[in-house]
Amino acid sequence: MFQRVGKSEASVIISVDGTRVTARAGDTVAAALLAAGLTSTRTTPISGTPRAPYCMMGVCFECLVTIDDVGNRQGCLIPVSEGMRVDTQKGKREAGR
Amino acid sequence: MSAVTSLDDHYDVAVIGAGPAGLAAATVTATAGLSTVVLDDNPAPGGQVWRAVTTTPVQDRRVLGDDYWKGQEIVQAFQASGAKHALGAAVWSLSREREIGVSFGGGARMLEARRVVIASGALERPFPIPGWTLPGVMSVGGAQTLLKASGLVPGGRVVLAGAGPLLWLFAHQMLQAGGQIHAILDTSDRAGWRAALKHAMPFVTSPYLVKGLKLMAGVRRRVRLLTGVTSLAAGGRNKVEAVIFRQGSEGGQRMAADMLLLHQGVVPNVNLAMAAGVEHHWDAQQLCFVPVLDTFGGTGIEGVAIAGDGAGIAGAEAAVERGRLAGIAAVRALKGDTGKLPDETASRKVLAKYDGARAFLDTLYRPSRGFRIPAGDTIVCRCEEVTAQQVIDNVRIGCTGPNQLKSFLRCGMGPCQGRMCGLTVTELIAETRGVTPAEIGYYRLRPPVKPIALAELASMPKTESDVTAVVRI
Ligand code: FES
Repeated sequence: MFQRVGKSEASVIISVDGTRVTARAGDTVAAALLAAGLTSTRTTPISGTPRAPYCMMGVCFECLVTIDDVGNRQGCLIPVSEGMRVDTQKGKREAGR
Repeated sequence: MSAVTSLDDHYDVAVIGAGPAGLAAATVTATAGLSTVVLDDNPAPGGQVWRAVTTTPVQDRRVLGDDYWKGQEIVQAFQASGAKHALGAAVWSLSREREIGVSFGGGARMLEARRVVIASGALERPFPIPGWTLPGVMSVGGAQTLLKASGLVPGGRVVLAGAGPLLWLFAHQMLQAGGQIHAILDTSDRAGWRAALKHAMPFVTSPYLVKGLKLMAGVRRRVRLLTGVTSLAAGGRNKVEAVIFRQGSEGGQRMAADMLLLHQGVVPNVNLAMAAGVEHHWDAQQLCFVPVLDTFGGTGIEGVAIAGDGAGIAGAEAAVERGRLAGIAAVRALKGDTGKLPDETASRKVLAKYDGARAFLDTLYRPSRGFRIPAGDTIVCRCEEVTAQQVIDNVRIGCTGPNQLKSFLRCGMGPCQGRMCGLTVTELIAETRGVTPAEIGYYRLRPPVKPIALAELASMPKTESDVTAVVRI
């Protein structure tokens, strides 16, 4: 649960699991997902329990998502861009990605 | 710069990390006329302390405060220096010959530098408590990054728990931004105050004092503070719903919560330096591994220096000076004294001021044993979901150190490569075996220190000999 403060010039439209999400220019993917109200952003490959971004600085790898069909990308390091397709990962990374 | 092909094969100086130390070092070397590149995996310059200082939507300066906005000046000087900056560039290897492997803009490549400054900064000390993997539990630093970079303030019942200057700074910033803090659970050890007093004199004269006390007093006036917290857990099914804790030896308490933000200090980010072969030792005061360095940050590897918090925690202002010193040493080594160098003694004076105060802070905020060395089902390695009890059991049946533990339990072998569990594992094994952490050591780290996709490796420019080498196999 997060609220926005401050202002930004532009918004960026991305899709998250097929749903349209408006992010702020300058958001990282992980920030955009949290701002959109997602509580968890993946489930673990081992026990399948839900996880969410923890460090936001590239350390913990809890923010792994599939971006434009490339799996296991660190959402907290990658800025959103117009039309980006983000898919959350369930368990093991899907084969072929 | 955005494509891997826009990088040159050779630079005089490569700086890894665009925080206070890296920016300062690169400014010195580029200004002196050395070809300089800064490689950093963040989307904008500033490192973590000055995260998004050029792009933050939080333009009301009272929210993030003067120390944050100071970064603007350093970033501007850097941008005017002529140094190249590769944003979003992940460095995954560094060899003794100063060959650097980097992923950037979807490709990967090697480049060489005559001098390397590692300025990869600090990361938050692991805070392994029951339930710390639940969504809704986040590090204070993580929440602070969301505020700086995206103007996001946590809402609902937000509980902050732990100790250390960053926790108080963030509490202040969050309140300034209009956020509400349900409670702060202070885990600092009361004994810490007594022990810290003997280091108090240098602290009283240091720049930390007035700022720090004012900030804490301001927060305490507005937030419910529970002190002497000796145990802590996050409860909930698929997200955090409550914080369960104890104060001193009193009975357990339960507080409903929507977010739990954890912090117990920062430690050097050692992965790249260790993988490159830089010698580190256990610092019993700061309870972490720090590199062995000369007075300019030089390591035992010819031409490789470490500056900033990666050299031992000292804070942003000290990091700038340590970056300058590493830059000065690089210029002297490659060009001699050019007359275009910043004043070395000025840097050393500032450093002395901050160093003196550090012992007080380190002692005061020394994280207590129970929060560093977990027990039972508490997850130690978040990636491979290894618990404290599993580590203890394996040590009891003969596992002697962190490297063996990797093959026994895969502990430390997930994508974070031990960043979230390394110190916990070292201390846990040390305690179980009854020896010092120095004796146990850290995970042996090897490149790549950041995961790299096979496609990126395959796309690397190859020489004739690379190709024949592969063909022969
Ligand atoms: S949130 Fe920790 S690596 Fe992205």
